[in-house]
Amino acid sequence: MKSETRRRPRAIWPKVVLYALMAVMSVPFVFPTLWMILSSFKPQSELFRKPPALWPERWTVQPYIDAVTTQPFLQQYWNSVYIATLVTLGTMLFASMAGYAFARIRFPGANAMFLVVLVGMMIPSEVTIVPLFRAANALGLLDTHVPLIVIPMLGAPSVLATFIMRQFFLGLPTELEEAGRLDGLGRAGIFTRIALPLAKPALSAVAIITFLKSWNLYLEPLVFISTKTKFTLPVGLTQYQDAYGELQWNTQLAGTTMTVIPVLLVFLFAQKQFVQGLAQTGLKG
Amino acid sequence: MVSAATPRTGRRAATRRPSGRPRSAIRRRDALVGYLFIAPQLLGAVALVIAPLIAVLYLSLHDWNPLASTFTFIGLDNYTKMFSDPSFLDSLEASGYFSLGLVVLNVTLALALAVLLNQKLPGTTAFRTFFFSPVVVSLVAWSIVWSFLLQYDGGINGFLSAIGVQGPNWLRSGPTAMASVIVVQVFKNVGLNMILFLAALQGVPMELREAARIDGAREWRVFRSVTLPMISPTVLLVSVITVIGSLEVFAQIAVLTGGGPGNSTTVLVYYLYQRAFKYHQFGFASAIGVVLFLIVLVLTLAQFQTRKRWVHDEV
Repeated sequence: MKSETRRRPRAIWPKVVLYALMAVMSVPFVFPTLWMILSSFKPQSELFRKPPALWPERWTVQPYIDAVTTQPFLQQYWNSVYIATLVTLGTMLFASMAGYAFARIRFPGANAMFLVVLVGMMIPSEVTIVPLFRAANALGLLDTHVPLIVIPMLGAPSVLATFIMRQFFLGLPTELEEAGRLDGLGRAGIFTRIALPLAKPALSAVAIITFLKSWNLYLEPLVFISTKTKFTLPVGLTQYQDAYGELQWNTQLAGTTMTVIPVLLVFLFAQKQFVQGLAQTGLKG
Repeated sequence: MVSAATPRTGRRAATRRPSGRPRSAIRRRDALVGYLFIAPQLLGAVALVIAPLIAVLYLSLHDWNPLASTFTFIGLDNYTKMFSDPSFLDSLEASGYFSLGLVVLNVTLALALAVLLNQKLPGTTAFRTFFFSPVVVSLVAWSIVWSFLLQYDGGINGFLSAIGVQGPNWLRSGPTAMASVIVVQVFKNVGLNMILFLAALQGVPMELREAARIDGAREWRVFRSVTLPMISPTVLLVSVITVIGSLEVFAQIAVLTGGGPGNSTTVLVYYLYQRAFKYHQFGFASAIGVVLFLIVLVLTLAQFQTRKRWVHDEV
C-alpha cells in the first residue's frame, strides 16, 4: 500500500472509501452471529435492556445448562451428527460410483439412465413430500430416521453430487487408468485404487455440500418425526419457543450457538474447499 | 471416448490370446460393473423421485383426507377449486413477490460485493470470509437470530430507539414482514452468488478495461460498458437459478413469520405444507405440488435455453 501511495498520492482516498464500504457492508453478515454468541451468555433480563448492549454485563452459562436440560438437546445433537455423517458417507460412495460409471464406462442405455437420474435435479423435494410421507407411513417408517437418511442419500438431493463426480471424472486424463488396466486391474480395481484417490477435490466438495444440506434439513424432519428425542437440531431449536408460555430466548440462542459454532470453525479452517464446493451448488442444473 | 480396454503396447497385446475374446469379455464385464455402479443411484432416482412425481400427479386428482379416511377420484376438481381459492392466489402472489424481491436484491448486492472484493486491496480475503460466512450458518439458526433482532422489542428497534427512531413491528405488520424475510434471506445466501460473480469478474481481461481507461472512460463507465456486458451471461444464469431456489423457501417463513400476518408471507411451499400437514388435505396439497413442479420446470427449461444461448465458456 505504501508504494502505491508513493506512485499515485491521490489514490489513497478511494481506498479509504472502499475499506469503509466493506466494513459497513460486513455488519449485517457478521453482527447476527456475533450477537447470537454473546447473547447466549446473558441472563434473560439483559436481552431486553434499553439501550441494548452487545457485550454481556453479567456472564452466565445458565442458558447452556437450560438448553441441554429443558429438552433432549444432546440426543437431538447426536441425531443430527450421525444422520448427517451417514448421509455424507453414503452419498460420497454412491455418487462417486454412479458418476464414475456415467463418465467412463460404456454400457447400453447409459444415456437414458443418466437422463432419469438428472430429472431428480429439476424436482424440488417439496413437490414429492406428500407421496413420500404416504410411502413412509405405509412402510411403518414414520417417526424413524430412515427417511431422513435414505431420501437425501439416494433421492433428489444426491443427484447434484453424482453430477459433480461425473464432471470431475470426465475431466480426468485416462492415461493413469489405462496404465492400471495394463497392470491387470479390473474396472472395480481401477476405480478404487486409481480414480477415487485422484478425486479428492470433488469428493470434498460433495462431502461439504451433503453434510451441510443434511445438517440444515428442516421440512423433512418436521414432517416425518414427531417424538422429541428423535428430532434433529433444526426442529429441536424451534421447540424452545413452544416449551414455555414465555420465550426463553437466551436458552434458544445457546442452542443455536452450539449448532452453528462447530460448522463455522470447520469453515474457517477449510475455507477454500467450502467456497469452491458450495459454489457448485449455485451452478447446478 | 477412449476405450480403456484397448491394449496399447504391442508386447502386451502379443501376450494375449489372438481370438479377440478377452477384449469383448472385458467389455461385457465392464458393462456389468457399470450397471452395478449406477444401480443404487438409479433405483433411488426411480423410487424416490420419479415414482413420487407420478404419484403426486395421481393424488392430485383425488380427494384424500387420511383423518376422515376418504379417498375418492374427483378429476380436476382440486385444480378448479385451487384457482378459485383466494388463499392459493395469495400464495402465488407471495411467492412471486418473494422471488422477485429476492432475485433483484440478491443479484445487485452480490454484484456490488464482488466488484468491491475484485479491487484486490490487501485484506479483502477477510471481508470475503465475512460476506460468505452466513452461507454455512444453519438456516434455522440464522432465522431464529434474526427473528429476535426483528421483533418489536428486539435488537434492531432497540438500536433505532437509541438514536430516536421508533421502528415498526417488522415481522408482524403487513408491509415490512415480507421485506424482512427477503432481506434476511439475502444476507444468508448472497455470498454464494458473490463468489460466482467474483469468478466471472476475474475472467474479464484486464487489457479491455485498461484500454477503456486509456480512452478516457471513468470507472463507472468502464464497469457499465465493458465489465457488465462481459459478465452478463453469468448474471442472467445466476438470476434464473436464484429464482428457482427462491421457490423452495420454507424454513425461514416457518421461523420468522409463520406465513403471517394474514397470509401475506404464505409462499407456495408453506401453503402446501399447511394444507397437507395441518389440514390433512393431501389431494389438494398434491395439486399445489404439481403447480410448483410446473413453475420450476418452465424456469429450468428457460435456464437451459439461457445456457445454450449465452454461456459458451462452460467446461
